[in-house]
Amino acid sequence: MNALDWVTQLMEVIAALAAAPLLVGWVNCCRAWLQNRTAPSVLLPYRGIRKLFHKDAVIAEGASPLFRIAPYIVFGAMVTAAMVIPSMGTRLPFTTAADAIALVGLFATARVFLSLAAMDVGTAFGSLGARREMMVGFLAEPALLLVIFVASLISSTTSLPAIAEELATRALGVYPSLAFTAVAFMMVLLAENARIPVDNPATHLELTMIHEAMLLEYSARHLALMEWAAALKLFNYTCIGFALFIPWGTSTGDVPLALVAAIPVLGLKLLVAGAVLAVVETVSAKLRVFRAPEFLATAFMLAMLGLLVHVLLGA
Amino acid sequence: MTALPLDLQILNALAALLLLLSFAMLSQRRIVTLVNLLAFQGALLCAATLLLAWRTGENHLYVSALLTLTLKVVFLPWLLHRLIRRLGVYWDTEPVLNIPGTMLIALLIVVFSFGLAQPISELASTATRNAIGIAVAVILLAFLTMITRRKAMSQVVGFLSMENGLFFGAMSATYGMPMIVELGVALDVLVAMLVLGVFFFQIREQFDSLDLHHLESLKEDE
Repeated sequence: MNALDWVTQLMEVIAALAAAPLLVGWVNCCRAWLQNRTAPSVLLPYRGIRKLFHKDAVIAEGASPLFRIAPYIVFGAMVTAAMVIPSMGTRLPFTTAADAIALVGLFATARVFLSLAAMDVGTAFGSLGARREMMVGFLAEPALLLVIFVASLISSTTSLPAIAEELATRALGVYPSLAFTAVAFMMVLLAENARIPVDNPATHLELTMIHEAMLLEYSARHLALMEWAAALKLFNYTCIGFALFIPWGTSTGDVPLALVAAIPVLGLKLLVAGAVLAVVETVSAKLRVFRAPEFLATAFMLAMLGLLVHVLLGA
Repeated sequence: MTALPLDLQILNALAALLLLLSFAMLSQRRIVTLVNLLAFQGALLCAATLLLAWRTGENHLYVSALLTLTLKVVFLPWLLHRLIRRLGVYWDTEPVLNIPGTMLIALLIVVFSFGLAQPISELASTATRNAIGIAVAVILLAFLTMITRRKAMSQVVGFLSMENGLFFGAMSATYGMPMIVELGVALDVLVAMLVLGVFFFQIREQFDSLDLHHLESLKEDE
């Protein structure tokens, strides 16, 4: 455990905090271009967060302390998650604290507190959003776990950086199991981050909203933290995807130069992933809420198929 | 783990895709899409046969690839599309089981058939013996498709998909059946399709529907 590892760790956290709103801004930008609208500035999410931090918070009457601390817990969970995901280097001192399964647990913790806080004030929209969030969550979680299990089986470890290192260094080949799980992971990503086939991130005024419905009662710094945490969640999921399916270009050794080279590689991957996400969101229509289980069941089935195919064919 | 040669890797990927297509057919309610999926499955099978023929140098596999291409990719889908247009059936009614339930059963079937094929794979000496499990799964999933559907049209598609699975199984276990058997099976399928095509019209004339549910009750009162 040397100094370079800690530098990597620090860089990853700073990059996650700084780049997460940028990723959201980039996706919004791409979506606007694809839909023939004038694109907002890429920096708009930063401005929104700064504006919110300068406002005075208004808290609903009858809100319990849980409502106040929930944003900090959710934000903290997302930052912790960012620490164990190998976005630039795989030698991270923090990974002994949490493996890939604990990572799913971190996301679940954030989800539980977000839902509890949404129900705390007792508005109709809050509890409606919380219930839907739990429905999506309990269907998406097994699919995500299966995706991770396939990667763990292939690399025989559950530590995410070790998985990324193993997958990056093994022989190139056609791996149908990984292809299936990649599609499953993409579907889970869309569902978990309130993206279009399941939820619409662009509106506060729809009866079918899920994520936005839970944030309706928040204002000022609390809302800023919640939005930042949502951006971090998208960033984290994208980086998990990179670690599992395109792990090349992350620094694996003790060479400082590789770490420097990993920065533009990560930037490039994020640019492409954001554009792909925007395309997927533009070409697909939002599903009815009660179709979401079918969508996630398909993701689960694909991940399960990947697992079975890996067991049978060893590929 | 030792890395497989590239052609075997591609063969494995094709086998996995065949399995995926079986699942897609199981979850599909539109008959037109179902037929397209069947044609796509045939195309994958043709590609796998060609690759295997090139790898093993068995010439009769080229012939069966050609047979697959003409019959299962071009002719039968064309025939089915024509029948769909003339009969005007575009949707299957709600299947017997709901889709997620069917999917779960299908996953269990895949596990079962992988277990079933394990001893056979150990006996076989071909390079593709791992894919036998997938072939068994494709056959059983096609069975499930036929069981969960009500319309005659989708049951026929299930039947043809089962034939694809059998063909793939023979290919991966013993590098294909003898030519005469293959020709016989192809002819059988062709004739069965033509006869069934005539049957569809008869069934519809009798019952005003292609729902095979009507065939289950005997006529008591004339």
